[in-house]
Amino acid sequence: MAMAMIRALALVAAALLAGGAGAEPVTTFRLDNGLEGVVIEDHRAPVVVHMVWYRVGSADETAGRSGLAHFLEHLMFKGTATRAPGEFSALVDANGGSDNAFTSWDYTGYIQRIAADRLELMMTLEADRMTNLRLPEAEVLTERDVVLEERAQNTESRPGALMAEQMRAAMFLNHRYGVPNIGWRHEIAALTAADAEAFYRAHYAPDNAILIVAGDVTAAAVEALARRHYGGIAARDLPPRERAQDPPPIAERRVILRDPRVAQPYLSRWYLAPVRRPGEQAEAAALVVLAEILGGTGATSVLGRALEFDGKVAIGTSASYDATGVDSGLFAIGVIPAAGVEVAAAEAALDAALDRFLTGGIDPEHFARIRMQVRAAEVFARDNVQGRARRWGEALTAGLSVADVEGWPAALQAVTPEAVMAAARTVLDRRRSVTGWLLAPAAGQAGEAGK
Amino acid sequence: MTRIVLGLVAALLFALPLRAGVAVEEVTSPGGIRAWLVAEPEIPFVALEIGFRGGSSLDPGGARGAVRLMVGLLEEGAGERDARAFAEAREALAAEFGFDVDADSVTVSARFLTENRDEATALLRDALTAPRFDAEAIERVRGQVAASIRADSQDPGTLAYWALLAAAFGSDPYGSSDTGSAESLAALTRDDLVAAHGAALARDRVHVAAVGDITGPELGRLLDDLLGGLPATGAPLPGPAAVALAPGITVQPFAGPQSAVVFGQPGIDKDDPDFLVAFVVNEVMGQGARFGTRLMAALREERGLTYGVDTSLYAFDRGALIVGGFQTANGRAAEAVAVLRTEWARIATAGLTAEELAAIKTYATGEYPLRFDGNGRIAANLLAMQLDGRPADYILHRNGLVEAITLEEANRVAARLYDPAALRIVVVGEPAGVVTGPLPPLP
Repeated sequence: MAMAMIRALALVAAALLAGGAGAEPVTTFRLDNGLEGVVIEDHRAPVVVHMVWYRVGSADETAGRSGLAHFLEHLMFKGTATRAPGEFSALVDANGGSDNAFTSWDYTGYIQRIAADRLELMMTLEADRMTNLRLPEAEVLTERDVVLEERAQNTESRPGALMAEQMRAAMFLNHRYGVPNIGWRHEIAALTAADAEAFYRAHYAPDNAILIVAGDVTAAAVEALARRHYGGIAARDLPPRERAQDPPPIAERRVILRDPRVAQPYLSRWYLAPVRRPGEQAEAAALVVLAEILGGTGATSVLGRALEFDGKVAIGTSASYDATGVDSGLFAIGVIPAAGVEVAAAEAALDAALDRFLTGGIDPEHFARIRMQVRAAEVFARDNVQGRARRWGEALTAGLSVADVEGWPAALQAVTPEAVMAAARTVLDRRRSVTGWLLAPAAGQAGEAGK
Repeated sequence: MTRIVLGLVAALLFALPLRAGVAVEEVTSPGGIRAWLVAEPEIPFVALEIGFRGGSSLDPGGARGAVRLMVGLLEEGAGERDARAFAEAREALAAEFGFDVDADSVTVSARFLTENRDEATALLRDALTAPRFDAEAIERVRGQVAASIRADSQDPGTLAYWALLAAAFGSDPYGSSDTGSAESLAALTRDDLVAAHGAALARDRVHVAAVGDITGPELGRLLDDLLGGLPATGAPLPGPAAVALAPGITVQPFAGPQSAVVFGQPGIDKDDPDFLVAFVVNEVMGQGARFGTRLMAALREERGLTYGVDTSLYAFDRGALIVGGFQTANGRAAEAVAVLRTEWARIATAGLTAEELAAIKTYATGEYPLRFDGNGRIAANLLAMQLDGRPADYILHRNGLVEAITLEEANRVAARLYDPAALRIVVVGEPAGVVTGPLPPLP
C-alpha cells in the first residue's frame, strides 16, 4: 500500500505539470442564458466526452448541512419529470457509454464517455436533469444509506482518510474547506429530500454551468446542439458565491491520530497555499514546480535525497500541490518513516531538509530537468482528451478565464528558480501549517484492538 | 416499466455498433522480435508496452516475493548508473517508465518523445538487460515492500481477498500476494533477484505493443536495440494450478465500521469457447460495479446496503475463478450476503431476459471502441490482447461475436458459470449474524 501510495502521488504530480491547453483547437462559446461552452477537438478516435460542471461544491453548503452537495450529486441519477430513477445511467449504458459524477469543495461535475455519434442523447439527458429533477422520498432515503456506506468505506475504514479529515478541520478556521466534502456522518444522516431540492434550486441553472465537450466533434456542431438542448433553459440570475474566509494564519497546529488499524505510521504536513488567480498565475506555477523539486522522483528530489537516500529515515516522501481552487489551496508533504524510525525523528529530518533547501536554493541541473519535464508533459497530456477536459472544468469553475487556461502552460514554462524560492519562502512557513501524525496506539493503550 | 420501454426505443435509435477503427500492423524486427504497431504520427511521442509471460508465478518455492522485488529494482540502478544517476538521466529526457508485475506477467510501460527516442531506448535497455541490484537499493526497495505488506495486513478488503485466493489455490503462487510474506521478503538475497531476472525477462516470452509516432522499420530497429540483449530463454512456465475452493462462509474478525466481503467460485478459462459469452453475462451480473448491474441494483440501488459491488472473471493463465466483493455495515452484513446469494441463484436458474441480453449487447459493443482512445490506452489494450492469446484482427471481429450471442447460449453459460452451491464467501469484520461454516439455507 505504501508503495502504491507513493506511486499514485508521483503520477498526480506528473499530471499536474501539464497545463492542458495543448496544441489542438479549443473553442469556447456562451449561450444567451449564460451557459458557457468549451469544445476540445481530438479526431483520433470516434469518441466523445460530455461534461456539465456546476459552480457549486461542498464549500457552498450552509452550516449543519454538510454533505449536501455530494448527496445531491447522487440524487441526480434518480429521475426527472419524464425519466424513471436509474434511467439516465441505463440509457448511457445501453448506448455503450460510461457515466460518472464527482463533487469537490468547489465544483460538481457530471461526465459521460460515449461514441461520438451519441452526443445528442447525452445533451438531451443532461439538459433534462438540469431543470426537471424529481426526488421521490423512498429513493432519497435509500440513497442516503448508500452515501453513509460510501463514507464508511472511503473514510471511516481508512485511518489515513480520518486523519486527513481532522487535519483539514484544523487547517481552516472559518472557511468551509475545513468540512469534509462527503459530510460529517451525523449531518449526512439528517439530510432530507427537501434539503436536496432547495440546494438544487439554488445552484443548478445554465448560468451557473459549464458544458465541456471533447473528442471527435466540431465546435460548430457542438454549439448548435448545445443551443438546441440547453438554450431553452431559463437563466436564473443566481447571486455570486459568498463564502466565509479565514483570517491570516498565525499558529502552527498539530493533529495526532492513533488507530489500531495503523500498520504503517506516517507524517503529513500541510501548508495553506495560494491558488491561481485570474491574470495572476505566476506564484501558483512556481508552487507546482516547487512540489516537483521537493517531492518528484525519490532518487532526485530534495526530500527523497535527504530522507530516503542520505538520511535513510524514510521509505517514501512526497510533495503535492493543486494549483486550482476558488479560495485557497494546500501544499502537502508526506513522509513514511523507515522501520524503527519514530515519526518525531522523521519530522525533525524533514524540517532540517526544508531549512537547508530554503537557505541553499535549487540545483540548476535539477531545475533544467524539471523544465524539460514540463515541456514533455504538454505533449503527453495531448494523448488524454478526458484529462484535458477535466482541467478546463476545474479552472473555469474556480473563476479562471479562458485566457488563464490557455496561458497556464506558458506560466509553467516561465517559472524561474528565483520565483520558486520566493514562493517556497512564503508558503513553507510553519505558522501556516498543520502537521499530522498517524500512529498505532501506544503500548498499553490497546484501544479498539484490545476487544 | 417506463424505464424498459424508453430504453428499448433508445436502443433502436442508437443500435449501430461503433467500429473500432484501429489498424494494427504486425511487425517483426530484423532480430526476430514480433510486435503490434499502430502508427499515429499526430503527437510526437510513442507509447510502448512490453509484457513477459510468467510474472510472479515464476517465484521459486522458497523465494516468494523475488520477482516483485526484482521488478521494483529495475530502475534503481542499471548499467553505468546508480539509482540517482539513472533517475537523472530519465528526467533529463522526460521519458516515463513504469514496471509492474502480476501473477502471470511482468509488464513495462514507457512513453518517450520522438526527439530523444534513441537515448530513451538506450536507458530503458539498461534497466531491462543490465540492472545492478546494488545492495543499498535492495535494502531501500525491500523496506518499501515490507511497508506495503504491513499496510495490507490491516486492510480488511485485502485480507479477505487473499483469504479467498489462498482457499482456492493453496500453495500455488496464485494463492498468496506476490510481495511475499514479511519472512520470505526478509530472506531474499541478491542471488535470488539475479535468478528471478534471468527467469522472468527473456525473449521467448515477450510481447510488444507500440502506438505513436514511429514506423514499422523504426520500431524493428528499436526493439532489437532494446531487447536483443536479453537471454533467448527464461524459466519454464509452471503447469496448471488446481482450483480447490470449498463452498461455505469464513468470518475473520476485524474491528471497524464495516465488513469487507469477498466471494468467489471456480471460473472459466480465457481460451474456453464460452469465455466471451461468460464475459457478457457477467457484465449483466456485476462487472465494473456499473449502475444497473444486477448486484448493484439489488445491493445498492434498491436497499442501500453498499457503496459498490462488482464481480470479475479472474481468468489467470493457469486457472480461473469468478471473484467479487463489497463492503457493508456490520449490522446489515447478513442481509447483504443473503441478497448476494439470492442473485447468484437467480441468474444460474433463470438466466437473463431477452431485454437484458439486448441491452448488454448495445452496451458491450459500444463500450469496446472506447478502450481504443489515446495512444497509451491503445497500447495497453494491444498488449493485454496478446497476453490473452487473441489475434490482432480480433478487434475487428469482437463486436460481431458479441452480436451473435443468443439467449439460449447466454443462459446455458449463466447456468454453467454461477453455482450457488459452490460459492465461497469470506467476511473480514464484525458481521452481525454471519458465522463461519457451510452455506446456511436461504431465508
